[in-house]
This record gives sequence, C-alpha cells and structure tokens, in this order.
Amino acid sequence: MEHATGFVLPNSGHNRDAEASKMGMWLFLFTELLLFGGLFLVYMVYRMLNPEAFLLSSFELNITLGTINTVVLLVSSMTIAMSITAIMRGDSKKSVLLLYLTLAASVIFMIIKFFEWSAKINYGYFPGMEVYQNLPDGESLFFFLYFFMTGLHALHVIIGAVLIAVVIYRTQKGLVTAQKYTLTENAGLYWHLVDLIWIFLFPLLYLIH
Amino acid sequence: MATAVATDLNFFQVKRGFFSWIFSIDHKRIGLLYMYSLITFFLVGATLGVLMRLELLNPGKDFLEAQTYNQVFTLHGVIMIFLFIIPSIPAVFGNFFLPIMIGTDDVAFPRLNLLSWWLYIIGALMALSTLVFGDGPADTGWTFYAPYSVNTSTNVTISVLAAFVLGFSSILTGLNFIVTIHRLRTPGMTFMKMPLFAWSLYATSWIQLLATPIIGITLMMIVAERVFGVGLFDPSIGGDPILYQHLFWIYSHPAVYIMALPAFGIISELLPTFSQRTIFGYSAIAFSSLAIAFIGYFVWGHHMFTSGMSGPARIIFSILTFLVAIPTAIKVFNWVATLYKGSINVQPPLLYALAFIFQFSVGGLTGVVLGALAADIHLHDTYFVVGHFHYVMFGGAGFAFFGALHYWIPKIWGRMYNIRVANIAFSILFVGFNVLYFPMLVVGLMGMPRRYYDYLPEFHLPNMISTYGSWILAVGLLLMLGNLIVGVRKGKKVGRNPWNGITLEWQTPSPPPLQNFDKMPELPKGGPYDFKQE
Repeated sequence: MEHATGFVLPNSGHNRDAEASKMGMWLFLFTELLLFGGLFLVYMVYRMLNPEAFLLSSFELNITLGTINTVVLLVSSMTIAMSITAIMRGDSKKSVLLLYLTLAASVIFMIIKFFEWSAKINYGYFPGMEVYQNLPDGESLFFFLYFFMTGLHALHVIIGAVLIAVVIYRTQKGLVTAQKYTLTENAGLYWHLVDLIWIFLFPLLYLIH
Repeated sequence: MATAVATDLNFFQVKRGFFSWIFSIDHKRIGLLYMYSLITFFLVGATLGVLMRLELLNPGKDFLEAQTYNQVFTLHGVIMIFLFIIPSIPAVFGNFFLPIMIGTDDVAFPRLNLLSWWLYIIGALMALSTLVFGDGPADTGWTFYAPYSVNTSTNVTISVLAAFVLGFSSILTGLNFIVTIHRLRTPGMTFMKMPLFAWSLYATSWIQLLATPIIGITLMMIVAERVFGVGLFDPSIGGDPILYQHLFWIYSHPAVYIMALPAFGIISELLPTFSQRTIFGYSAIAFSSLAIAFIGYFVWGHHMFTSGMSGPARIIFSILTFLVAIPTAIKVFNWVATLYKGSINVQPPLLYALAFIFQFSVGGLTGVVLGALAADIHLHDTYFVVGHFHYVMFGGAGFAFFGALHYWIPKIWGRMYNIRVANIAFSILFVGFNVLYFPMLVVGLMGMPRRYYDYLPEFHLPNMISTYGSWILAVGLLLMLGNLIVGVRKGKKVGRNPWNGITLEWQTPSPPPLQNFDKMPELPKGGPYDFKQE
C-alpha cells in the first residue's frame, strides 16, 4: 500500500502472497488432522475395550464398496495434482477438465456412500433407531463411530467439492492463471487431506480383523 | 488499495459509523471491537462472581438456591474462560499491536481476522442465550464433565456448541498470527530481534492451533451423546467417563498456557520500558515460551490424579508438571534481573507488572503444590484449587491485561488517563484481589470443598474475609475502568512516545494512521530493547 508521504512498507497484509496463503492452508490442515486425531483416539480406546464387538460389527460393512470408494478418491487425488501441473504450464482448459474429473469423483464417492449408509439405516443401525438401541454396548459404539467418522469425512468431501467448483469457476473466468494459481494449489492440498483421512478410515473401520 | 490516504487522519477518523466498525478489516479496529466485547463480558462474569461470594458470606442458604448457584458458577466459568481470558490479550492487544510491532500494516489474512471476531460474537450470544430458555444455563461446571453433562436437563448442548464456535474463532486468530509473524516482519527484523510480545503470541498461536481441535471434536461427541443417546461417555450405556476427562484436559491444560503466555509477553514489554534497560536474557525468555508451550501438552493428567489412573501414569504426569515450573521460573528470574540497576520509572503499567510477578509466583508455587501427588489427594476439588487458579489467571493474566491497558491506551487513543487515580485504583485492586483470594487458599487447606453454595460453620471467618475482598476488588475495578474511560475521552493529549519505549509502536503517531506508520519505521540497532543508543 502506498502512503501519502511517498514511502511503501516493504511487507503488507494486503499484498497478494502465495507463500502466506499456502502456509495458512497447511496450518489449517494441521487442525483438521487433530480434529480427526481425537476421533481416532476414541476409536482406538473403544476398540481395545470391546475387541470382539468391534470385530463382529465390522463384518457388517461392505468391503467391496469401501474399496471402490478408496480407488475413486485415490484417482481424484491424482487428477487434481495433474490439474495443478496443467495450470502451471498455462493450460487452463486441461486444468478445468481435470478439475471436472475430480469433481465427478467426489460425486461418485458420495453416491456410493449414500447407498452404504441407506443399507445400514434400513437395518436400523443408525443411532437412536430401535435396532440400534438394542445392540450390545460395544456394537452400538462401533456403529456410532462409523456414522460419526464417515459422516464428518463426507462433510469434508462436500466442502472439498464446493471448493473445487469455485476453482473451476474462477479458472474459467481467467482469474486463475499460470502466474497466479495458489487457489488451485490450496484446493489440491485440501483434497489430498480428504483423501488421506479416508486412507486411515478405510482400514480402521472395514479391514482390521 | 493503491490509493493513498491522507496521513493526518488517524484510523478512528478515516471512516465513521457503526458499520464501518463491525465490517472493518483493519486489525486496529478489530482489536478494539474485541476490547469492547471482552470487557463487557468480563463485567458480566465479574458480577456473577460477586454474587457467588455474596451467597458464601454466611453458612447456609442466603439468597441463591443450590441449583441456581450451580448455574451461576458454571456461567461464571464459561464466560470468564471462553469469552474473556482465552481471547483476552491475543485478540485485543495481539490484533492491535502485533502488526505495528513487527513493522507492517495488517495481519496476513485481514478478512479471516474479521471472521474470527464474528464467530466470537456468535459464540458469545449462544453462550448467553442459555439464560433465557429451557431449564437455564448449564449446571455442570465449565468442564462439562460426563456423565452428568449428558444427563442434566439444563442447556448443556447450546453451551457446548458455543464453546465449539469460540474454539474456531481462537484457531483462526492463531493461524493468522503464525503466518503474519512468518511472512510480514519488516526486513532486518529477524526472529531474534522480534519484541518478546510477538514471541509469546507465536508460542500461544501454536497451542491454539494444535490443541483446540481436540476440544472441538470432544464437545461434538457430547452433543451426539445428548442428541442420539450414544454411550460414548456414560458408563451405564457402555461409555467411559474417564476418556472424556482425558480428551477435555488434552485441550484445556494447554489452554491455560493460551491464557498465560501472552501475559508473559506483556510483562516482558513493560519491564524494559519502565526500567529503561534492555531485557535480561532475551533468548531465554523467548525460548522458554516455546518450552512451556511444548511441555504444556504432556501434563494434562495432573487434573485427574483422583479420577482413577495407574500409579506410574500419575507419577509421570506429576514429574512432567514439575518440569513446567522450570521455564516459568526462568522468566521470573529474568524479569527480576531486568529491574536490577535499571532506571525505574514507577508508573501504573509497571505497578501492574510487579503485581503480576508477585501474584503469578503465588499462583505458580501453589500450582507446584497441586502437582505433587500426595498433596493433590488432599487438596483436589477444594478451595485451594480455586485460589490457585484465580491467582494464576486473574492475578496473573488479568493483571497483565490491565497493565497492557494502562501501557497502550495512550498509544491507541493518543490521550493520557489520570495517573494518580490509576495508582489509587491499582492499590485498591491489589488489596482487594489478595483479600479475596488468599483466604481461599487457607480455607482449601482446611478442607472446604469447592462448588457448594453452603459450608460448615468453622469456615465462616475466611469466607467472610473473602467476600469483603470481593467488594474491595469490585470498587477497584470500577474506579480503574472509569478512570480509563474518562482518560480516553478527555485526557491530556500525548505525543508518539509518552513512556519512552523503543519498540516500533512508539515511532508512529498516537493514534496510529490507517496504515500504521507515517514514516518508514527504523529498527533499534541492538535489538528491540537496546535503550543505550538513546
């Protein structure tokens, strides 16, 4: 910012600073990791206290759908990384195309999640439903944690998808360019986090036997 | 933003009107927004505190029902902790002075900064809304211990959600400060040439960032348990209440350093200025902040010595707790050494700093007593804990806040309050504070439990003295605030540097212009506290 007396402060909070934005995003990701970290801790404690109930309940989950979703997220992480490379090279069309692919992946993930959840809810495993209330303590904890953790993760998928939609819009408007692509990078960082958390959730909930 | 603003206007004059404040992204205005809201909530909390003391004037019921008393002490705790002392110094003085002290014109993310104030206000309104509907404010104590908190019919859900929103606000402030300190220091100001206030904010911000999410998710689990009847923390349906205590204190112990570290930073600014001497042991003070932030993560178990933990775990937590005393003592010794052979200028801010050192030492040493396993078994949940906590938080962080008010108000408004009245108000506050809280330590040692509206007749005398102290303290508070308000409105105008300070904020006009500086700030050659060159 220029001052009336004709000097300019070397650093201003109103300057565009790509490094600062990225640093802010990384710090925010730390808080996200700790948010889920608290849940992982709770999961670990209750798994240790109720090993058999957790094992039995985990058989109710659909490993095939879980695996497909894992692949979908991994691929989407790749497409968004490629989209960043594309915009760095100035190819905004390819960048937008790859962002659309990522967006499509997030929609596929949510659709599969929807079918998984509806199946469980049809059985009455959702907290508060009659079947749930009559489950043994350990199993009801497992299903609560299942819904809570995947639900919180799904919320992050939705936020990530909205963010990606914003990036698409701004790239098409020409506001994201080869000189100014921090927004794409930050969306990418966020999306990798969404992916990474799923990589932990999937084995914890579905695979451990 | 390239348009130049006339520099003869200060940041108050650039724009006017209510909306130019509540939607301002200027860090100075946001700092003041926080100041007004914080002091308002502080007065509400203090009133609740005086009410509690009044109930405790005599044994037996005086005028509050047992249930009302439970709600009053919970609301007092929630307001004082989440609405006042956690945001206090960083949100008010950090926002206002951090960018000026490091020679820039704003924080790294000005709009995020405004968002954090809005979240604070939303959280505050949620917390206060519990007063008006349903069964009234939560009656669980500010710790929301399960399983009671998942069973009581009072408005725990809203209180807990309010704490969640306030936590978000706190995270955003911390994130903003870390990036600001990394990216916006003026050239030549290395980390080791930053004012110590900036160092303490840096350490605080990391705690805010890395501890707050844990309480966020824990509080969400309390809400889930209340809404869906899940057995997370209620043992009757398979939960583990001790797990809640662990999760709660994993955040809430580091949180006491969120409250204390910025106060240390204030004291490290006040002492060099009012002894006109460079700070003793700059790097020791700077790094001890980081050490406290780090060790503070690993001591949460000392809140749970009587809750049921294995012997070795308790011993380890006890040893780690003692370790925190080391970096804290390093600071105290360095502060005292700074005064040695200084040219001491006794002004109100220095008085608050000296009171801080005394009261914080009492608080710190009683903390060591509580950290000792054997002593804690006796003292747990007695008034000794209440006394200790208020010595640390009010006698420490609160007095540092008042000291900072007296130090920087001439800079913020360009006017000086009445020094004589300020000194008198300080004396009343100091006496009132110690008369109020010292008897609590005594009565705690005698075995009076906390959180009851009633007590045995043998505790009558100390409780009476303590209640008298609360009246003295209230008078001191009102006199201090009244004097400051009159000073801000009608005080004598002061120039750039009434205290002869040499950190960067004293180089700019009072009040500062919108862009903080009217000429290029010049760094003192020998670091931020090199008074010799003057």
